[in-house]
Formats: sequence, structure tokens, C-alpha cells
Amino acid sequence: MKPMKKSLLTAAVATAFAVSGAQAAGISDDKVKIGVLADMGGVYSDICGKGCVTAVEMAVEDFGGTVLGKPIEIVSADDQNKADIGSAKVREWVESEGVDAVNGLVASSVTGAVTKVLTDNKKIALISTSASHAFTTKACSPYNAHWTYNVVALANGTVKPMLDAGKKKWFFITADYAFGHALEKVATGVINSNGGEVVGAVRAPLGTTDFSSYVLQAQSSGADVVALANAGADFVNSLKTAAEFGLTETADVAGLLVFTHNAKALDPNIAGGMKLTTGFYWDMDDETRAWSKRFKERHGTIPAMGQAGAYSMTMHYLNAIKEAGTDDADAVMAVMKKNKPNDFFARNAELRADGRMVHDMYQVRIKKADERSNEDDIFAIEQVIPGDVAFGPMMDQCNFTAKK
Amino acid sequence: MATFLGINLFGLFGQLLVGLINGSFYALLSLGLAIIFGLLKIINFAQGALYMLGAFFAWMALNYMGINYWAALLFVPLAVGFLGILMERFLLRPIANEDHLYSLLLTFGLALILQGAFTHLYGSSGLSYAIPEQLKGGNRLPFMYLPNYRAWIILASIVVCAGTWYMIEKTKLGAYLRAGTENPQLMQAFGINVPLIVTLTFGFGVGLAGFAGVMAAPVYSVSPDMGSNMLIVVFAIVVIGGMGSIGGAILTGLGMGVVEGLTKYFYPEASTTVIFAVMVIVLLTKPAGLFGKEA
Repeated sequence: MKPMKKSLLTAAVATAFAVSGAQAAGISDDKVKIGVLADMGGVYSDICGKGCVTAVEMAVEDFGGTVLGKPIEIVSADDQNKADIGSAKVREWVESEGVDAVNGLVASSVTGAVTKVLTDNKKIALISTSASHAFTTKACSPYNAHWTYNVVALANGTVKPMLDAGKKKWFFITADYAFGHALEKVATGVINSNGGEVVGAVRAPLGTTDFSSYVLQAQSSGADVVALANAGADFVNSLKTAAEFGLTETADVAGLLVFTHNAKALDPNIAGGMKLTTGFYWDMDDETRAWSKRFKERHGTIPAMGQAGAYSMTMHYLNAIKEAGTDDADAVMAVMKKNKPNDFFARNAELRADGRMVHDMYQVRIKKADERSNEDDIFAIEQVIPGDVAFGPMMDQCNFTAKK
Repeated sequence: MATFLGINLFGLFGQLLVGLINGSFYALLSLGLAIIFGLLKIINFAQGALYMLGAFFAWMALNYMGINYWAALLFVPLAVGFLGILMERFLLRPIANEDHLYSLLLTFGLALILQGAFTHLYGSSGLSYAIPEQLKGGNRLPFMYLPNYRAWIILASIVVCAGTWYMIEKTKLGAYLRAGTENPQLMQAFGINVPLIVTLTFGFGVGLAGFAGVMAAPVYSVSPDMGSNMLIVVFAIVVIGGMGSIGGAILTGLGMGVVEGLTKYFYPEASTTVIFAVMVIVLLTKPAGLFGKEA
């Protein structure tokens, strides 16, 4: 947006906000343009990446390719997990290419930078795969919709049932960066408030190959549960080592953030039996299977939870544009929060005022080798965790909701 | 916990042993690089990618051809070594007389291409490769549980490292090699085919990376970026050990494994940087490395 008279702009926006889209001017630039930003070739490319682009394409096609008679376009870019690259790209998208909303969004550091740009430009962030809960708490924005999961849901979903089952002493092997720290902190909160105790923690640098030293420390701590507050290759390597050193026989190992693709990368003899929390599993019921089958035909693999989430939120977004009669972000967001998302992904769902999409989460168990009927047969769903239990109540850290 | 001296000592023994295991793995990895980097003066940034290739070849051999771990241990290093020979003959030799930077950039580019290609083909999440039946399980030592596979890593590493060291330092073939890299013209004049020796040596060094890749496949995640994580550490080890010193690379690999293991115990956050801190100190005090000869 060009720097025009600020007061005029503010007045216009204020008016638009006040009448909540009633007199908004239809579709800007005669099209709705969705940007998909994700790590396309790096460590997180399997959990969102091109699969997120495919999911958004499927949503747009299923929607009919047009909304309010105007075409829907998709652009995508690789953020390489770098905040500066991601935010520069999104700035270009919204300022000169007329992008209305950005989907995808993986590494929390990138998402943090991108949501700032989007909020400054009053465009919507549809966050599919980021883990941090900051985007709906201390860094919240009226333009953020955080869809699939977050660290709070993971901690509540995985940690609480284990505490209830009498596993009170916990040890953390934590990835030594913002995401790992956040996960450990949130999980520690859940442990302390449910009568558990954290007996120790080690911070392993990101990209550590050999975890045997940390596994030994966990072993000597006498913990009932060793929680792996890490992700991706770190998770796979730490779990492999835990199994090799016999830790899995003397204590429970809990993976706090495990994607189906990571679980698939593990020998079922090692990972089998482990419980974890996910926002989506392809083989849950007929609806999830039908969509996942279509996704696999196009993309080649079963969908990760963030990819299913990317489809679900694109649909909800487009439906909201249709109902609002405009692609103006404030008006669309108001409808998105008013209507409850309901599809194969979003069950008993609601997009809360703070931007958190609260929906059923699932506690699953990784199947053992003899339980699996094919290579995609990875999880057994143990328990459905209602959204309000998983995501907890809204926190008052979020300023814009407080103002409302 | 730090006050219970008894417990601490036990924990410390465990950490020392784990450090030694990692160290023997580092020794194995840095050996190939020490030969290529130290003797041939080629800065092979593709060594990490070739290590990754070794792990992937082992996985492919098992899943596409049913070749088990033990056969892969023999066959994969040969395959990777053969690729190395092609690489030396057709890519590196044409620029052998140019500045070292050219080979550095060329191998770096190759590494990126390999890594990108495998990410494209197999994704970034990694593949699983089971520990072979014969090496499953482990033994409970007084102070820790020692998995059989880790004991095997120590054993295999010692055998390969000692064998290579003996071959290069004590045999006639090794003498030709050392002389050929020191003064190629003179050796040519004696009728020794130096380019052939260089090619074979490069192939051998690369084959060692493939061997380390097969060794790593059962215990670490087989993923396209496994090599790039490892490469820089291994380069640092070769630099600390001293250019051109095979024994230096082996001993430094073992030593750095122990140093890193202790850091993981006392201050885990620094465990990925400690080797580089040692490198800086060594370069400042002994620029040729711990075991290198002063130029």
C-alpha cells in the first residue's frame, strides 16, 4: 500500500470495521489471491511444503475456483525457514501483488515475522503448521487464524493423560531453541499443576546427531517419563537412541511433537506403543479417509496434520468471503469467527476471538509392526480430546481481544 | 545431584564411554577426510553428502534388492568409492592445477545437488533402517547399559582406522602415496603412475565415508541432511589433528568425542560449539594442528 494520507485511511478502516463489512466494496483487485508460504525443500518440507500448496489447490478447486464471481488465485514461495526471507516475500505479495491471505506457515520464527507484516497490512494469516502459541497469546493479532495445533494442545493432550495414569516424575530432553523451550515450559506447567514433578532437563542443541549422553542422564534421573520436547530429525534420533540404550524399557518416552511422517521414519519395533497428540489422522473415519485418498493421489503421500489443516482453513476462509460479500480482512475474519468451521478436519470446532481454532485433538498410539496392515497404517486413535480441554481457556495476554 | 560424589563418578564413567563411542565414529569419519584433505590437498565438501549417500545406499540395497546390513557394509563403500573415482577423474582432475578454492566450490556444489536430489526423492523426514539381528540388545555394565551395536562401532572403527593407518604409514604402497603427493614430478620420473594413485586414494577416502554411512544408518536418522550436520565438525577435527596426519585425525576424533561427551554432561548447550572452541585454541597456539608438521 502506498503511503497515502494516514488519517483518511484510518477513517476508512474504522468505518469499515464499524459497519462490519455491510458496505464493503466486494473483491479487491477483482480476484482473491492466496499465498502459500512454507519450507519447500528443507527439514520441514514434508510436514507442510508442497503438500500445503496441494491442499490449498484442492480447496480452491472444490470451492469451484471462483468466489462472488471472481477468480481465486494461488501463489507459493519457499521461506527456507528464514524469517527475513519469509517476511520479505510476504511484503512483496501484499504490497505489490494483491495477496489477500497467506496460508502454510511452518517455522514459528518465520510465522512471527510474517504475521507482523500481514497485520500491518491488514491481511489474514492462516497458520497451518506452526507450533508456538504466541500467535494467539502475547503476539496475537485480529488477523491471525491459528488452525491445526499448538504447544498447549500438545502438552495437554500428551502429558495430562500420563500424569493421570500415575506417571509423576518427568525428565525433559529439549531442543535448545525457542520452540523447544516453549514446549518444555508449557508441559512443565501442566505437570506442576497436576501433582507431577520435573526431576531434570537437558537442552540439546538443534541438529544434535548423537543423543546417547542425554539418554544416559535421563536414565540416571529415575524419571517415570522422559519427554522429548523436540521435533523432526532431533526427535527421530533421540527416540532411536532411547530405544537402543534400553530407556524405553525402564521408563515411558513421550514425543511431544510428532508428525505422521516422523513416525513413519521410525522402526515400528522402536516407536511402537508410544503415545502422542495430533490434530488429524488420515485413517480416522470415512470422511478423513476420502479426503486423504484424494490428497495422496495428487501428492504421493498421506497428508500431515498441517496439510489437512491448510485445506480446512482455506475452505473456511473462502466460505467467509462468500458470506461477507467481500475479501476485506476485517469483514472476512468476523464471519470466520462467527461461523463454526465444520469439515473432515475441524470437528466440534470454533475459531475463537483470539484467533485460536479450537477443535478436537487426538491422543494416538504408534502401532507396532504386527498391527500394521500397510505402510501408511501408523497410528491407532486412543482417545478424542475435546478442543477446550486440549487448548485450554483463552488467556488474557492477548491485547486486541482485551480491547474488544 | 552434583553433591553425591559416588553417583557422579558412575555417571561420569558412562559419559566417558559414550564419548569414546562417538569419538570412534568421528575417527572413522575424519579418517577419509584426512586422507583426501591432508594428503591430496583437496577440500572435499562433498564428503558429508557421500556419507549420506552411504546410508541411503544401505537403505536402498535392503529395501529394493534385499541386500542385508553385512553385505551392504562391504558393497556400499565400493559403490560410493567408485562414484568418488568418477568424481575425481572427470570433475576434479580438470581443475587440479587451479586454486584450491575451485575444488572447494565444485564439491560444495555437488554436495548441495546430492542433498537436494535426495530431499526431492525421499523427503526430509528420513527413513528407518533397523539394527541387524545379530547386534540387537546389549549388556548391562556396572555404570551403564552398553548396546551391542555401539560396541560394534568401537570395534569396527578401531579395525578400519588401524588398518588404514598401517597401510599408509607402514607399507610400500603407503610410501608411494605419501611421496607421490609430496613430490609428484620426482615420483613420475621413477615410473610411478601418480595420477592413478591419486584417483585410487580419493576413491578410498570417499569409500570410507560410504562405510561410515552404513555404520550410521541403524543408529541415526537416514535423512538427506545427515551429512551436512556432520561435515563441519569432521573438518574441524582434521584441522585440530593437523593436516596430513592420519594418526592425528584418528586420535583427535577419539579425543573430541570424549570432550564433546563431557560437555554434554556438564553444559549441554555448548556441546555443538566446544569442538570449534578447541579448534580456535589449537590454531592459535599450534597453527599446524596437534599432530601436524610445521611447514
